[in-house]
Amino acid sequence: MGEVFLELKEIKKSFGGVHALKGVNLTVKKGEVHCLAGENGCGKSTLIKVISGVHAADEGEVYIDGNLLKGFGPIDAIRLGVQVIYQDFAVFPNLTVAENIAMNHALQTGKKFMDWKESREIALKAMKQIGAHMDPDVLVERLSVANKQMVAICRAILEDAKLLILDEPTTALTANEVEKLFAIIENLKSKGIAIVIVTHKMEEVYGIADRLTILRNGANVATGDIKDFDRPTFVKYMTGRDIVEANYRPTEIGDEVLRLEHLSRKNSFDDVSFSLNKGDVLGITGLLGSGRGEIADALFGIAPAYSGKIILHGKQISIKSIDDAINHKFAYVPEDRLTQGLFLERSIADNTIAASITDYFKGGKLQYGAMTQAAETWIKDINIVAPSSEPLIKTLSGGNQQKVVIAKWLNTHPDLLILNGPTVGVDIGAKADIHKILHQLAATGVGIIIISDDLSELVQNCNKIIVMSGGSVAVELNSSETSESMLSAMLNGKVEQEAAK
Amino acid sequence: MKGIFSKKNMTTNEMFVVYIILALSLLIGLVNPAFFALSTVFGTARSMLITSIFALCEMVIIISGGIDVSFPAVASFCLYFTVSIMNNFHIDSVVFAFVCASLFGLVWGMLNAVLIGKFKIPALIATLGTSSLANGATLVYSGGREISNIPNSVDALSQKFLFSVANATGGKSALTVFIILPIVLCFFMHWVLKHTMLGREIYAIGGDANAARIAGINVMKTQFIIYMAAGVLTGIAGISNTILMRNANPSNLMGAEMMVIAAVVIGGTRITGGHGTVVGTVLGVLLITLVSNNLIMLGVPNYWQTFAVGLIIVIGTSITSLRAKKIALSPKL
Repeated sequence: MGEVFLELKEIKKSFGGVHALKGVNLTVKKGEVHCLAGENGCGKSTLIKVISGVHAADEGEVYIDGNLLKGFGPIDAIRLGVQVIYQDFAVFPNLTVAENIAMNHALQTGKKFMDWKESREIALKAMKQIGAHMDPDVLVERLSVANKQMVAICRAILEDAKLLILDEPTTALTANEVEKLFAIIENLKSKGIAIVIVTHKMEEVYGIADRLTILRNGANVATGDIKDFDRPTFVKYMTGRDIVEANYRPTEIGDEVLRLEHLSRKNSFDDVSFSLNKGDVLGITGLLGSGRGEIADALFGIAPAYSGKIILHGKQISIKSIDDAINHKFAYVPEDRLTQGLFLERSIADNTIAASITDYFKGGKLQYGAMTQAAETWIKDINIVAPSSEPLIKTLSGGNQQKVVIAKWLNTHPDLLILNGPTVGVDIGAKADIHKILHQLAATGVGIIIISDDLSELVQNCNKIIVMSGGSVAVELNSSETSESMLSAMLNGKVEQEAAK
Repeated sequence: MKGIFSKKNMTTNEMFVVYIILALSLLIGLVNPAFFALSTVFGTARSMLITSIFALCEMVIIISGGIDVSFPAVASFCLYFTVSIMNNFHIDSVVFAFVCASLFGLVWGMLNAVLIGKFKIPALIATLGTSSLANGATLVYSGGREISNIPNSVDALSQKFLFSVANATGGKSALTVFIILPIVLCFFMHWVLKHTMLGREIYAIGGDANAARIAGINVMKTQFIIYMAAGVLTGIAGISNTILMRNANPSNLMGAEMMVIAAVVIGGTRITGGHGTVVGTVLGVLLITLVSNNLIMLGVPNYWQTFAVGLIIVIGTSITSLRAKKIALSPKL
């Protein structure tokens, strides 16, 4: 591994009395992949902004290539070869791939006129460099998330990047796309580019990193070679507590809660049957388009099934709309909490009672006291980190937001809780909390269905796992006789089969 | 012609507008064969003149992610105060008329730019405010009266024609020199939008203002350029309107914003910003002009024209919105 490219010494930064960074050190060498890990709110983003010149540090020193930098801005950082790829990629959906890739370069060089031919050539060259294949003339709005990211990477390397910082790069990628991204990162690394990956996902850290720095509460708690960290140590440094996640094995299986018989909806899923008993946590996985999410949509009445039976507590019920589902005490934690699960501009209390508001409407007026009380009880019960029930949802971290979505449904006292990707973008500590809540609920007789492509999550938390493929149940497994690698092989086998067709 | 209307140069949306225009022209021509005459072409061009200047400005603003509803009021302000100053100080100069109107427009444009670019007020609210200010000032000053004596040399421009052709009834059909204005503007705007970095920055900020900022685009500066240039052009359009109408009316341009925005949106400019072309906008203006000039020939009562324009806006925006939705839902590459 090469010489040091970036060195931060005792960086401190506060915002209006809040100490975001309390003296952080970071050393990144040329040609290494350095993971910057930490839970939400630990100061990762602030640190990136200090490196990229968006924020000036209050105290401490930043060295690039051995030179001490003073009062540098974003443009200076770019000139020194620092490139940040933000979570939303900051691409222009309305412009072509070529223009997106070439635009920053044109802006940096102070061009006045647009040279379409040149921008196309620049784009093709950049794509060739990282081994991406995209039509340069297509509009970026038509690209997949993974390809939008490729556009952002192409754009970054054009600026003669020496340090590439990727902020949570795999959040919206499928397992396959993550592999491709990692291949590209390896390639850039071999060219001597220093790479910093900001993440809170353990799998990623072990998949790609050479070295690791862990931040917690604005201070670095550990740094070193990846081989010096085993998983439990890593988790402990991240969260500051010991998290032991034992696999969920119900102590007793009770009566049947829910049974599906030959449930079908044309072009979504076909002839799906399964049952769920008291104490069961059922996991459903499958590739995108396998029908795994569509089952949830059908159960919650968003896109109802056309035929088949849904039997709840031994009685056949009909679900034709979301109202039907709610009347039968079904609850649904959707895949995208930001757009489907929460009112971002409202308080925790408002969000918590959103699904059960009619219960608080008595004698022609809303019982605000009871609403606040309910919210505060949930904050305590499921460990939502917030000073009160008043803060707006948008000010919470992803994990706490997800807990509020769950609290919203728990407040309706559901019989069946369906969770679609319950811990996407949730950090380890909150993830463990959420899993614990689910286990407790299952034990009290609430039917739990977890839909996820996080295989380790399924193996750990479900005692039954269904793998969907092409709209039907491919296999039903008892999780005590399966493992993450078995499931993964099964899913990838499906991919190969589909490809062979 | 074939070159201009080739697949390479036209989006599907623009071709769609072309078909509607052709169908509508055929329909009008069947009901009233006199429609197919050079005088119709001249008349339509004359009707499109001012609207298309407004529409081109509006298009650029919408592409950048904004909107402007203040231009009718600003144009009225510019034309009325310019003519009034010229009459009061006995200035009889074509150059003065245009410079003065442009400067008034520049000031109003700058006010819009400050409100939108600096104070970050939503463009619709900001320009509603400016519109009310400009219109109020004009009404207070004019007392609602129009000025019909335009300084001689300026007024003379209204009788300058590019072509004049004798028509069948023995009368004359003529095309005003002012038509040069929107034509030059079309070519200029197309060039700016497509071939200068300024143009590409306008698309970029309309696509994602935050990404634009990160890329190093000075969003506020670009907004100032856009709104100030639109102000100047609005002033020019205002004074041109006065010269062509041969009077300075404080209120007869008012209400034009609906038609103009309709024309721009029908031309394929997405109301949410980031997309739009000069060709599309010109086609949109042509369609709206044909509708408002000729519906009466099809036996559609006068009052129904407003209804028809409303219908076009609703259908036009629905089509663009559905297309955007289709793109959003289409399989990703």
